[in-house]
Amino acid sequence: MEHREGRYDRQTMLPEIGAEGQERLRCARVLIVGAGGLGSPVSLYLAGAGVGHIGLVDDDCVGRSNLHRQVLYAEDEVGRPKALMAARRLRALNHEVEVEPYVCRLSADNVRGLVERYDIVVDACDNYATRYLLSDACVALGRPYVYGAIEGFCGQVAVFCRTAGSRTYRDLYPEEEAAARQALASKGVVGMTPAVVGGVQAHEVLKLVCGYGDVLDGRLWTIDLRTMQSYVVEI
Amino acid sequence: MKIKVNNKEVETAASSVAALVEELSLPAQGVAVAVDNRLVSRADWKDYALKEGMSLVVIKAACGG
Repeated sequence: MEHREGRYDRQTMLPEIGAEGQERLRCARVLIVGAGGLGSPVSLYLAGAGVGHIGLVDDDCVGRSNLHRQVLYAEDEVGRPKALMAARRLRALNHEVEVEPYVCRLSADNVRGLVERYDIVVDACDNYATRYLLSDACVALGRPYVYGAIEGFCGQVAVFCRTAGSRTYRDLYPEEEAAARQALASKGVVGMTPAVVGGVQAHEVLKLVCGYGDVLDGRLWTIDLRTMQSYVVEI
Repeated sequence: MKIKVNNKEVETAASSVAALVEELSLPAQGVAVAVDNRLVSRADWKDYALKEGMSLVVIKAACGG
């Protein structure tokens, strides 16, 4: 009989993952907040890896200026809701994954209800206010919070709230009021910045779920793609 | 004294993180500073003494996604 390749063979042959890790991935529930530059690679790689349940929050529609970096979407989807188009794309990639789109903006009213349905939260949003909301909800509900942010050619990733007493987003940026006043310095970005940063976030999820490697727990990883200077600092 | 800022050697007379931030004309908001791979909270910048050979990393806040 012809040997039929399994779709996860190339990752389960790694001892860090194996059949047990794959089963953990199948049972995992991951909420991704934001289906834009970061949310694209994060959701594609997690769906590809076989994360069984993916929730995707975004209230925005696909725009033409999104297409250079938001690799979830195609030209004929411009003007349509990102969460719905993303869910369609992820299901096409892997029918074994249950994808739940939420076409809404994360707010103080809905954050707890959304976060408590999932085991891990991935921050792929584009503003400070949502990050404070997410971090506080993850502390209150005891969910690991995989933080990521980008600007231009630079990006950063950390894992917060993994256990009681873990570092939180507020330890990185304590001044909420000052952050709220600070707008994005520039909207300019190359598509590769979210590709790299979202890829690292997705891999932190794999490490958390399968239990290997050194998670960026309370540590901030930064990269500047212009110089390739990269740091890991304790928060 | 010589210290490193983002892997570049810098000659400075600044005695504290706060003084160095001023010397380098870094914005008062929107940056984090780590000394020897550990983040120093802004509240401690004034009292955090710089010593020869220390390695600082200045991290710009980012909020895009």
